Amino acid sequence: MTALLEKYEPVIGLEVHVQLLTQSKAFCGCSTRFGAPPNSQTCPVCLGLPGALPVLNRRAVELGVKASLALNCEVRGVSGFARKNYFYPDLPKGYQISQYDQPLAEHGWIDIREGGAPKRIGITRLHLEDDAGKSVHDGFGDSAKRSYVDLNRSGTPLAEIVTEPDMRGSNEAHEFLTRLKEILLYLEVSDCNMEEGSLRCDANVSVRLRGAEKLGTKAEVKNLNSFRFLKQALDYEIDRQIAVLESGGTIHQETRLWNTAEQRTIGMRSKEQAHDYRYFPEPDLAPLVVGDAWREEIRATIPELPEARRARFIASYGMTEYNAGVLTSSKAIAHYFEEAAKSSGDARAAANWVMGDVLGQLNTAGKTIEASPVSAPALGELLKLQSSGAISGKIAKHVFLKMFETGRGAREIVDSESLAQISDTAALEKIVAEVIAASPKQVEQYKGGKTTVIGFLVGQVMKATRGQANPAAVNELLRKALE
Amino acid sequence: MRITDKDVSYVADLAHLDLTAEERARFGAQLDSILGYVEQLNELDTSSVAPMAQVLTAQRENETLREDKLRPCLPVDVALANAPESGAGHFKVPKVIER
Amino acid sequence: MSSLPKTIDAVRAALAAKQMSARELAQAALINAEATDTNICAFLTFSPERALAAADRVDASLARGEKLGALAGVPVAIKDVIVTKGLRTTCGSKILEHYVPPYDATAVEKLEAAGAVIIGKTNCDEFAMGSSTENSGFFPTRNPRDLSRVPGGSSGGSAAAVAAGMCVAALGTDTGGSIRQPASFCGTVGMMGTYGRVSRYGLAAFASSLDHIGPFTNNVKDCATVMGVISGRDPMDSTSAAVDVPDYVTLLGKNLHGIKIGVPREYFAEGLDAEVGAAVERGIDTLRKLGAEIREIHLAHTRYAVATYYLIATAEASSNLARYDGVRYTSRGPQAGTLAEMYRSTRGAGFGQEVKRRIMLGTYALSAGYYDAYYLKAQKVRTLIARDFEEAFRHVDLIVTPVSPFPAFKLGEKAADPLEMYLSDIYTITASLAGIPGLSVPCGETQARLSIGMQMLAKHFDEGRLLAAAHAFETASTAERRQ
Repeated sequence: MTALLEKYEPVIGLEVHVQLLTQSKAFCGCSTRFGAPPNSQTCPVCLGLPGALPVLNRRAVELGVKASLALNCEVRGVSGFARKNYFYPDLPKGYQISQYDQPLAEHGWIDIREGGAPKRIGITRLHLEDDAGKSVHDGFGDSAKRSYVDLNRSGTPLAEIVTEPDMRGSNEAHEFLTRLKEILLYLEVSDCNMEEGSLRCDANVSVRLRGAEKLGTKAEVKNLNSFRFLKQALDYEIDRQIAVLESGGTIHQETRLWNTAEQRTIGMRSKEQAHDYRYFPEPDLAPLVVGDAWREEIRATIPELPEARRARFIASYGMTEYNAGVLTSSKAIAHYFEEAAKSSGDARAAANWVMGDVLGQLNTAGKTIEASPVSAPALGELLKLQSSGAISGKIAKHVFLKMFETGRGAREIVDSESLAQISDTAALEKIVAEVIAASPKQVEQYKGGKTTVIGFLVGQVMKATRGQANPAAVNELLRKALE
Repeated sequence: MRITDKDVSYVADLAHLDLTAEERARFGAQLDSILGYVEQLNELDTSSVAPMAQVLTAQRENETLREDKLRPCLPVDVALANAPESGAGHFKVPKVIER
Repeated sequence: MSSLPKTIDAVRAALAAKQMSARELAQAALINAEATDTNICAFLTFSPERALAAADRVDASLARGEKLGALAGVPVAIKDVIVTKGLRTTCGSKILEHYVPPYDATAVEKLEAAGAVIIGKTNCDEFAMGSSTENSGFFPTRNPRDLSRVPGGSSGGSAAAVAAGMCVAALGTDTGGSIRQPASFCGTVGMMGTYGRVSRYGLAAFASSLDHIGPFTNNVKDCATVMGVISGRDPMDSTSAAVDVPDYVTLLGKNLHGIKIGVPREYFAEGLDAEVGAAVERGIDTLRKLGAEIREIHLAHTRYAVATYYLIATAEASSNLARYDGVRYTSRGPQAGTLAEMYRSTRGAGFGQEVKRRIMLGTYALSAGYYDAYYLKAQKVRTLIARDFEEAFRHVDLIVTPVSPFPAFKLGEKAADPLEMYLSDIYTITASLAGIPGLSVPCGETQARLSIGMQMLAKHFDEGRLLAAAHAFETASTAERRQ
């Protein structure tokens, strides 16, 4: 396949649906909370009852505008809603309210890095729409004959983000989605939870001979509900299309579903009229006006975004690009790091601790950084104890584990376990003398020129002090005593 | 005839309407006559006229938006009360095969 | 039952003089309505429990000496396309034969908050599609003046109920003339406000950009009272207007000096019944005698209105009626084995001929390849028709025309050719397209004692002037007829 991948170039565009983090639905006051009993979060509007009318949620607009601006889009002063008409049991009104020829925002981009040089991926548009309900096809006694419909999700506000066909492989698509998700999480526009369906991705995939101008016929691949599936499905689909072309066949424009069990995409048989959506302007909603003042008010709420933050970390903390990447991978981690750095006064140590022990322990415990038993100021206190020489690095690791287990403070643990480092020269001199007396063989070796043996002697002192001696001071005292 | 049998079938399929053979024939002829009448709109040059999708009365920005606040939902039994078929808190329909 | 009050003032006087309690009045009204209805067939459902509960609230309020609402104790009826909580609402369609809504329309809430007593739901053309009430899925309603004739439509039940003295006021809906035309046929006052003046929340949509709720009453003053109660911005309807509602009743009683009234020559052309034309001309004379200045005006695009209206209204209807799908509240059709069969059978069997015909036309007008030629074209001509009125209202304050080209016709007389029926809406449709307010006020009778209505139109939100002029006309013409 490698040879063929040199011959053909994949072309990928993504359509990403993001659930906006509102309390209530797009067009009614029902809750958007996930996991409620079926059909317990409905009203005349989201049930599509006769006479009910949609009223747009202001917060959904704000979140949409916020995302649009962060994705470098131009926000329209006046956008409009349209009806997309089709029948499906979980689509109560018989149409989806979406934006069609007047989307909220257009002409944006984000930069990705995949295999070295940065690359700009164009964003065609971002528009608002409402979600359908959920059809349940399995799990009931009569599921062989019946589908079950739950309309809790019906009317949930979504932003659909459509990219230009700018990606040239599954890695780039994966990287784009990673960056997009990171930005949306930073903005707190969506929780981007793929398992709960708040981030969903479809891909338009085609291949063409390298150097060709014209795009090949595309297939729309749906059901890419995890980052892993996205990559697998795209790789499969690219290989499939190349194989079809290589065997002299042609690609049909169609919708294909990723089947995880079979690890392949499968074409959907659909009738011609399935795509005749009869869009027309939604007469129940007034045009959506976002004036300059409101737009700028929303822009002012945009926090420092991951790309900018990475650059700042590299510049002001002197970190490597890799470390900056890890420490900005979520807004919460970046915030945690900066707080720990500030309270400890030692950014380098804070960076190492966060990337090492903190994220490691959280990972083992299956916790997020927001739920960390060791807060950033608490970590700062521990680092200060270490840097002041009050405790050794080894003890610090021990104390951190105790903090993580119990939620107690560093100082408290050090005091209660008498872990403070012994730097008292008189006390140490006594122990040093004892160790020298008990290790005549090593003393002889040292005096014979094998100075590395001092490591053993330091170890003996540390052992005798249960690790509380200041290793630097011990070293100093031993050398003095042996000369 | 502007409207063919195929058009009638296509539109009836789009609208999910079962029509009898007699209805198909009748609607086909009636739609044809109505669309013939409608042709007169082409006498008007509307190339520089903006379409009017709704009657827009003076609205300030945001006036038609609502705050993101919760309102009480219907109890599940009320939501399902008029359903021709329901069970386990769900609306039920014949098995969805496509998709 | 001659003692039943016919007007709001008469109800108020009867209650104030303690001639009868609100409960007694409600009981008498129900008994009278049920008896009268055996011939008229204006009602689909009576609501004695709801009526008596409302009446009891009025009596309790009276007993406490509280100030009564504007409609305290007034027996009213509601067209069955307007939803009522716990009270069957069929939209005149078999497909909703057993539907009981869980909420009230805003207009219904407002009526009851003002003390109105709802005695029942009135018959109408199925989903308000028709001009005779013959398209009801249940039975036709008869004109109280001549039981062999139609009451007009689509709000025929409401018009007949008021004309026959079964209630003092009724709500109807007007999309292309469905209040004004039956008011004319039955000899009542009927009004539609500016688009957005009265909330549509709870009105089962036919054509969302054209639908209005409005009153039928026995005189203009009552019309002003009911309009005052139901008008105003509703947060549940994005298209309702945030324009202050004046106290219409206090604006009545003015003469017409200085008022300029336009008479469009296009509305008195061929096809207008001679008796109707003569009655409206006499009405215009009366207005002149009252001091109004009569001017000839042109509404140049009138002849395109029927084509424009039927494309827009049916396109919107095809989408609005998609929700009647057999999933949540519509009765299912006989063949519901598969999902596709369920949809087709439910809709094929549940909808009547006129509704299916309009869904077909509207679906066609929106379908791929035809949108620009039909729907978009019609929207553009709509602009031209609205501009005609804008231009006319630069020169005149009000416009006067016939309501219908002919008086009430015999049942079955015009059922054969749908296009001919559509053409008869010509005088009422233009105002609907422009979104301006209009009303029908009785202006005479034919030799056969059939009533004739005169249409009066005003500019956006000028309902006050419209009602004042209609009131002056009514007062003068009643006096003339007595002479």
